[in-house]
Amino acid sequence: MMNAAPLIVLFPLIGFVVLGLFGSKIRNERVIGILGSGSVGASFALAAWIFLSMLGMDAYERKHIVELFTWISAFTGNAGSLSVSVGFQVDQLSILMTLVVTGVGFLIHVYSLGYMHGDPGFWRFFSYMNLFIFAMLNLVLADNFLLMFLGWEGVGLCSYLLIGFWYERKFDVGGYKSGTSTTNDAAKKAFIVNRIGDFGFLLGMFLIFERFGSLNFDTVFGSASVMSPGSDLMTWITILLFIGATGKSAQIPLYVWLPDAMAGPTPVSALIHAATMVTAGVYMVARCSVLYALAPATLTVVAVVGAVTALAAATMGLVQNDIKKVLAYSTVSQLGYMFLAMGVAAFGAGIFHLMTHAFFKGLLFLGSGAVIHAMHDEQDIQKMGGLKKHLPVTYATFLVAAVAISGIPPLAGFFSKDEILWKAFSSDYGSPVLWIVGVLAAACTAFYMFRLVSLTFEGEERFDHQHVHPHEAPGTMTIPLIILAGLSIVGGWIGIPESLLGGNAFEHWLDPVFESANEKLRMTPHEADAVEYVLMTLSVLVAAGAIWGARVLYLKRNEIVANLYRRFAGIHRILFNKYYVDEVYDAAIITPTVRLSESLLWKGIDVRVIDGIVNGSAKIIDVASQWVRKIQTGVAQVYAIVFVGGIFVILMWLLFKQP
Amino acid sequence: MIPDFLLTLTIFFPLLGAIVLLVGISKNEEVIKLVGLTTTLLTFVISLALYAGYDTAATGFQFVQKQVWIEGLSISYFVGIDGMSLLLILLTTFLTPLALLATWNSVRERLKEYVIMILLLEVGMTGVFAALDLFLFYVFWEAMLIPMYFIIGIWGGQERVYAAIKFFLFTLFGSLLMLVAILVLGYFASTTTGGGFTTDLVELYGIAGKIPAGLQLWLFLAFALSFSIKVPLFPLHTWLPDAHVQAPTAGSVILAGVLLKMGTYGFIRFCLPLFPDAAIRLAPYFSVLAVIGIIYGALVAMVQTDVKKLVAYSSVSHLGFVVLGIFSMTEEGMQGAIIQMINHGLSTGALFMIVGMIYDRAHTRQISDFGGVAKVMPVFAAFFMIVTLSSIGLPGLNGFVGEFLILVGTFTSEFLQSYAYAAFAGSGVIFAAVYMLWMYQRVMFGPVREGGLYHGHQLTDLTAREIISLVPIVVFIVWIGVYPSTFLSKSAPLVKEVVQKMEAAKQGIPIRIAETP
Repeated sequence: MMNAAPLIVLFPLIGFVVLGLFGSKIRNERVIGILGSGSVGASFALAAWIFLSMLGMDAYERKHIVELFTWISAFTGNAGSLSVSVGFQVDQLSILMTLVVTGVGFLIHVYSLGYMHGDPGFWRFFSYMNLFIFAMLNLVLADNFLLMFLGWEGVGLCSYLLIGFWYERKFDVGGYKSGTSTTNDAAKKAFIVNRIGDFGFLLGMFLIFERFGSLNFDTVFGSASVMSPGSDLMTWITILLFIGATGKSAQIPLYVWLPDAMAGPTPVSALIHAATMVTAGVYMVARCSVLYALAPATLTVVAVVGAVTALAAATMGLVQNDIKKVLAYSTVSQLGYMFLAMGVAAFGAGIFHLMTHAFFKGLLFLGSGAVIHAMHDEQDIQKMGGLKKHLPVTYATFLVAAVAISGIPPLAGFFSKDEILWKAFSSDYGSPVLWIVGVLAAACTAFYMFRLVSLTFEGEERFDHQHVHPHEAPGTMTIPLIILAGLSIVGGWIGIPESLLGGNAFEHWLDPVFESANEKLRMTPHEADAVEYVLMTLSVLVAAGAIWGARVLYLKRNEIVANLYRRFAGIHRILFNKYYVDEVYDAAIITPTVRLSESLLWKGIDVRVIDGIVNGSAKIIDVASQWVRKIQTGVAQVYAIVFVGGIFVILMWLLFKQP
Repeated sequence: MIPDFLLTLTIFFPLLGAIVLLVGISKNEEVIKLVGLTTTLLTFVISLALYAGYDTAATGFQFVQKQVWIEGLSISYFVGIDGMSLLLILLTTFLTPLALLATWNSVRERLKEYVIMILLLEVGMTGVFAALDLFLFYVFWEAMLIPMYFIIGIWGGQERVYAAIKFFLFTLFGSLLMLVAILVLGYFASTTTGGGFTTDLVELYGIAGKIPAGLQLWLFLAFALSFSIKVPLFPLHTWLPDAHVQAPTAGSVILAGVLLKMGTYGFIRFCLPLFPDAAIRLAPYFSVLAVIGIIYGALVAMVQTDVKKLVAYSSVSHLGFVVLGIFSMTEEGMQGAIIQMINHGLSTGALFMIVGMIYDRAHTRQISDFGGVAKVMPVFAAFFMIVTLSSIGLPGLNGFVGEFLILVGTFTSEFLQSYAYAAFAGSGVIFAAVYMLWMYQRVMFGPVREGGLYHGHQLTDLTAREIISLVPIVVFIVWIGVYPSTFLSKSAPLVKEVVQKMEAAKQGIPIRIAETP
């Protein structure tokens, strides 16, 4: 039964191959849609079935590994040499991830049927999406680092293909490059920035192989569980892996690709750049929790990077006018929360937030897609307003998601975010400073979300009524919205903490996975106490206050906003231009590298130095021959003189050789 | 049971086609091309029989044939293959017909001579990979130079004569020193007890441990110079971009696909096992050059304006990986190096075919002349994308398998003893993505050119013939990426043996004398 796990991975692969090879021949959107969504649906059904049967098992029997065949190996049969299989591991963590990937993935596929309707690349879109699901499932189900890396790079590729899906379109990335970019610039940037992270992952893998002699999770984590914390090697391994995570999960300093990635079709943003792929880094850290438990220094780095990213991205989200860009910064910020959780060793809480975030952020993106659809590809929220009466379903579901992400009880986001904030405060690896940063970011989150809701759906209609006639999306699009809205409400209830009289079933389900990490960390257990309730109330009040503030500012007192813009024009410009990080990278790294390669390496060393020497020696031979040629005078007397002279020299040499 | 003479048949079968063309009176272009294609296809089929009859479990050389040639110097026609030669011979016989097919209509002048040259080239290449006598090896090595020289010099582009002479002189310069080294080595054999002058590789393997360290160093360097030029290793690479850009497509495909591998093949076949002490001593230096080549080639590729030149520089980078893998002298590294030779042959061969296909249509290779081609040529775009991804080492495709094994080997090598090699080489993976994807973007994406005209030409998507020439390569790109054991298991025994030799040499244990098969 659990042996069927590889099939979960196989279905989307079949979908990809069939659509990729024959998609252009199948003219019927319905057939393509059934193939494309059906394959993901089948995977979800199988994953759900396996999950249900796992519920009935003993906690320690839930882990199961299926090995298929040897993939990369030296094949010399020596014990110490590399050998990696294609093998899948089902356990409490990977099945959860699989359910999120295939479940949310399936809904987004269905949504895309409506969203991509009529696009000439309809089949191409679905084949890429299937390929993405395949790669993502490899990432979460792999039983070793290398297969995980295959998924890791594979999702990066699909992200690349899908961001640049409308490759002939212009895309405004904003900033100094405004107006000159195409979707493919964004796609390429995503791939390359990710590769920088992957480079870290790769080096981390090498160190792991050198230290543990294997890349299998079981072997590596098994050996790690009997090591003692604090070695430099473990710090290096975990830092390098974390660099990989910052690339994939868009954390400082490698977050720059994600806002640009919004150039892709909106379902792509929902699936890849919100719900699934970008959470891969969080998953990886959780998967390697034992390794991180051995490197407390790295945990601190992870927590700080997470917290700083959460706040910095949230501030950037405050001033964006592109509906999808607001959501993009929001995603970066929420991913920061998840890393904050990882960094304070609240692995379960981080994964919990990962799941609830997949629901409400997926929903927000799909909702924004419905808006963009209704507005004829307009994405500027300054040119929207009052859409709630035109798009009632979209509005209602969007609102649910906005409340959920703002952390208002009893919606999903409250439980997961609050768990993280509490752990950031109370964990042995946390600190009140981290809590404050987290709450500030939460305030920003609530504020920009309701700025977005107010400007988009409420207030006066600022769009051109002549050309734009907003209309509600078709059923294929609204049904996924409604389902995700339901999940955004109830999704948190499986993780209600003990302090609120819940069973925290979610984290207990994951306990066996993080058991050895927690043993290493030896954390002081916390009973529910007054502090927890105070902090919880504070964070809810802050969020509610921010929501109220946003509504007042953007619905009733617009003049204050205008005034603020004027007074803080400098800060606004810095935030709007994302702290000029792109510009710095460009000036400090990209331009110098290109210049150096062109003028010094190619035209300097290659053409001038090396070819100069080669052509120069040819020249010398030429000149020398011209000179030597002069000896060939054709005058016999000269030859005779040289001949006699030669004999004389040889005779002298023979005579004086031996004294 | 596959008879031993099959190897000799594989080597010389293309000669038969060349003779048929030479004496044949048909002037019909199609007939000439069909003779060429049929000959190379049959050669491929014969080489498949070699594959079928190859015993993976056995060590040592197989399909061995030995015939005395020059008695006084005990030089003989001595051929035989192991796993590495087998894979490289298959690569040669596989790529040659595809190269012909992909450029079916590209060459119009002196067609007959062109096909004959390609066939002769194939004889030389297969011979190099099969020769077990150093003198015979040298003969094939030089013989293959001549048709390549003519292919570039006659059917090449504008600057073909400069490129051809540069190619010829670079290579000849190296190989002359190799010839001297071969003679010295043969003479050294005669000074050992009971030995006479010999160029028999298996006998020389036997006395390898007795060569004094000083002499080893000089001999190693003489061989290595010749191989490094061929690879090409930084800074001896500047003949390559010129030769590639000027060569006709089939020439580039074979040059990149097969010829460059002769250098790296030479390192594994001769330099390491014959001069192990020198190899160990010099490994860090060659590894440094390899790493420089990886990064340098990638950076220079990034700023090229000509697609073909870009691919040529990318070869410098990719072959750097192979050299690095070899000098890691670990099982992983050398296995990776061998599979990477095949990978590079497939991917870069395909890239040159692709460049040729688009050049045949637009008569330009300037990146800036293109844009939006994906819209006009969707099938072409798909092939181009797969090959590009293979070239940048995407996991699941062939390039990754080789690069990963090489990097793991380098990282854990006790001969190099530094993480820096792998770390710097690994950064080449980032650069590869940069230059390939940037090139792909500028050529394939963006808006279609006005009126669909590129350099004044309308582009049409791939023909059935072109698709047929690319599909087999793509099949192997995926095959090696997903299930490389088919190929890695073939080269494993050899790699194991070489690594053992190197480790023994490192510990100063005298090397066991290999038995003559």
